[in-house]
Amino acid sequence: MNTVIFRTLAPFLTALMLLFSVFVLLRGHNEPGGGFIGGLIAASALAIYGIGRGIQPVRQALWFHPMTIAAFGLLLACVAGLVSMVAAVPFMTGLWIYPSLFGVEVPLSTVMLFDLGVYLVVVGAITSIALALEREDI
Amino acid sequence: MAAPAGSSIDLSAALVLAPAPLADWLVILPVAWCLVSGAVLLMLRKNLHIQPLLAILALAVLVVLDGLLLWRVIEGGPLTMVMGRWLPPFGIAFTADLTGALFALFSALVALAGGVFAVQNIDGSGRRYGFYPFLLLLMAGVSGAFLTGDIFNLYVWFEVLLISSFGLLVLGSEPKQIDGAVKYAFLNLVATTLFLIAVGYLYGLFGTLNMADIAIKAAERRADLPLMTLATLFVLAFGMKAAAFPVNFWLPASYHTPRIVVSALFAGLLTKVGIYSLLRVMVMLFPVEREELSFVIAVAAAATMLLGALGAIGQSDIRRLLGYLVVSGIGVMLAGIAVGGPGVAGAIFYALHSMVVMTALYMASGVAGRLSGTFDLNGAGGLYGRTAYFSALSLVLFLSVAGMPPFSGFWPKVMVAKAAIDIGAWWLAGSVLLTGFLTMIAVGRVWALAYWRPSTTPAGEGAGPGPAAILPLSALVLVTVLVGLFPDPLLSQIQAAASLLADPSAYIDSVFPHGAR
Amino acid sequence: MEVLFSLLVGVFFAAAVYLMLSKFLVRILLGVAILGNAVNLLLFTSGRILREVPPVIPAGLDRQVAVTANPLPQALILTAIVISFSFFAFLLVLSYRAFQDLGTDNANDMRVAEPVADSAPPTGY
Repeated sequence: MNTVIFRTLAPFLTALMLLFSVFVLLRGHNEPGGGFIGGLIAASALAIYGIGRGIQPVRQALWFHPMTIAAFGLLLACVAGLVSMVAAVPFMTGLWIYPSLFGVEVPLSTVMLFDLGVYLVVVGAITSIALALEREDI
Repeated sequence: MAAPAGSSIDLSAALVLAPAPLADWLVILPVAWCLVSGAVLLMLRKNLHIQPLLAILALAVLVVLDGLLLWRVIEGGPLTMVMGRWLPPFGIAFTADLTGALFALFSALVALAGGVFAVQNIDGSGRRYGFYPFLLLLMAGVSGAFLTGDIFNLYVWFEVLLISSFGLLVLGSEPKQIDGAVKYAFLNLVATTLFLIAVGYLYGLFGTLNMADIAIKAAERRADLPLMTLATLFVLAFGMKAAAFPVNFWLPASYHTPRIVVSALFAGLLTKVGIYSLLRVMVMLFPVEREELSFVIAVAAAATMLLGALGAIGQSDIRRLLGYLVVSGIGVMLAGIAVGGPGVAGAIFYALHSMVVMTALYMASGVAGRLSGTFDLNGAGGLYGRTAYFSALSLVLFLSVAGMPPFSGFWPKVMVAKAAIDIGAWWLAGSVLLTGFLTMIAVGRVWALAYWRPSTTPAGEGAGPGPAAILPLSALVLVTVLVGLFPDPLLSQIQAAASLLADPSAYIDSVFPHGAR
Repeated sequence: MEVLFSLLVGVFFAAAVYLMLSKFLVRILLGVAILGNAVNLLLFTSGRILREVPPVIPAGLDRQVAVTANPLPQALILTAIVISFSFFAFLLVLSYRAFQDLGTDNANDMRVAEPVADSAPPTGY
C-alpha cells in the first residue's frame, strides 16, 4: 500500500472525505444521511490517512485522543437530551430555534446537536479501534 | 418535525402535550447522569488523581437520584417518561415502578461502595486504562435496564453494560484475565443474542415493544398466540445472563480473574440484571406461562443452588468459591420466581440482599488475599489474630450469605421456603434449607482455615487494610445488619413491589394515563 | 416472501450453531457473526415485508399516501448491527490477544483461569 501515488493522494482523499462526511451529517435532517453514516465516512477518511502516512501523523492531526472525541460526542448527545429539561418537555424532545445569521435563517435544533454527538462518538470510537488494529502488535 | 403554527394536524394524537414536571425527570436522570459523568471522566482520563474523586462524587449523586426516585415512586406510584414526547407505545418509555426503583437504588449503593474500594484496589495504570469511566457506563447500563419500560431498550442497556463489563474484565490484560474474558464474552454475547431473538419474535407477535402495551395485549390474546415458546426463550436467555444451572458455566470460569473490585461489582450487579429481567418479563408480562413453566424453573433453581453450594465446598481459591456462591444465590431467587405469589417478594428481597452481600464478600476476599498474600485456602491463615475488626466484618458476611437469622440473608430465604411449602413443593423448600447448610459449611471452612487457624506462612504485606477498603466494607455490612434486624420498612416496600408486578395495572396506568387506550 | 425469509433465517441459525459448537475460537467467532446476521434477518421478517416504498411522508402532505415499508424493524436492525459490529470487533481483538498470550485458539486448551491440576482444598484444620 505504500506506493508514492497513494501516499501523495491520501491527504487529499482524506480532506475530501471529511468534507463529504460533514455534508452527509448536515444533510441527515430531512434526507438520507446523518451522524452515524457521516461518522463512518470520517473514520474511513482517517483510516486512509493512517494507511498512507502511518499512525502517528493521524494522532497528531486529530490533536485529541480518539476516545476523548468519542467521550465529548457522548456528552453532547446527552446534553442535547437534557436541554428539554429547561423547556419542561420530556427527555430528547426536539427543540428548535431559528436565529438569522447575515440575513439567512438558520434552523438549529437539539436534534442536530444529538446528531453531532453521534457523529463524534462514531468518529472517535471507530478511529480508536482502527488505530489499534493498524498497530503491528495490537 | 417543526410543524408550522397554522397546521391543521391534531398533535395530541401523536404527542404528549402536557408539560413534563421536574419530578418526572427522576426516571431518566440516573441514566443520563451516568452517561454524562462517564463521558466527562473519559475526557479527563489522564488526570489520575482527580478521577476517583469525581467518580465517587458522581456515584454519590447517583445514589441521591435513585433515592429520590424511590421516594417519588413510593409516594406517587409508578413514574413514566416517554422520550421525545411521542405517545406510548410509539415513543420509547422509561417507567420506574417499585421493583425497578429498589433495584436501581441498591445497585447505586453497591457501585458507590465499589468506587470507594477501587481507590486502593485500582492503581494508576488501571485508572489510565479507564476504570472509572467504564464503571460509570456500566452503571448507565444497569440503571437503564432497571428503569426502562421498553423491551428492545432493555436489550440495548444489556449491551451497554455488557460492553462496559468487557472493558472492566480485561483491565490489566494478564493471560488469566484474557482466558476468563474469552469465556465470559462469548457466552454472554450468545445469551444477549438469544434475548434479541426472543424480542424479534415478540415484536412479530404483538407488533409492539412497550412493556405495558405487551402486558395488555398478552392478556387479551393469550389464546391464539404461541406465548409458551416466547416465554421459554426468555427464560433461557435471562437464565443464561443470571447464571442458572445448565447455562451457568461462564460465571465460575471468569469471575475470579479480574481485579477484585471488578469481581465485586460483577457479582453484585450483573447477574441481578438477569434476575430483574426474569421478574419483569415472566412475572409481569407472562404470568400464565410462568405458572406453566414453574416446574422447569423450580428444577433449574434447585439444581443451581445445590450445585453452586457443592461447587463452593470443592474450591480452594476463595474467589472461585465466592463465584460458586453467587450461582447458588441465583438458585434461591429462581426458586422464588418459580413458586410465584409470596415467593416473588422473596426473590426480590434475596436479589437486593445478594447485591450487597456478594459485593462485600468479594471485597473482603480481596482484603484477606492482600493480608495473607494468597487467595488459596491451603496457605492462608491467621487473619483473626491480625485484624480482629476486619475478621468480625467477614464473619457477619459469611453468616449473612448462609442465611443465618440476625442478618439480611435470613428473611428472603424464609419467605421463599415458606412460599414453597405453602404450595406443597416441599422438595424445593428442602433444597433451600440444604443449600443454607452447605453454604454454611463452605464459608465455615473459609472462616476456620483463613481466619481462625494460626498463620502457617510468614505474613504477606505488613500493612493492615486501608480506610478505602474498610469503609465501604463496613458500610455494606451495616446495611446487611440493619436490614436483618429491622426488615419491616424494606419488607413492606418489597411486598408492595411484588404485588405491583403480579397486578401491573398501576404500571399500565402510568404509561397510558386516563385510559388512553 | 416471509416463508422464504424464515427458511433463510433457519439456515443461518443452523450454520451459526454448527460453527459455534466448534472448539476453535475463529470458528466460534464466525458463528457469532452469522448468528448476528440471522437475528437481524429475523427482526426484519418479524416486522412483515410489506412494500418497498420508503416510509417517508412526501413534502406538503400530513400523512403517507400509500402502504409503505415498516420503519421500526429497520431501526431495530440498525441498532443491532451497530452493537453486533462493535462486539465482533472486540471479540476479534480478544481472540487474537488470547492466541498471542495463551498460544492457542482451542477453547479446550485454555485452562489458565481454571487449571486442570488445581490443588485440592485442605481436608483438615
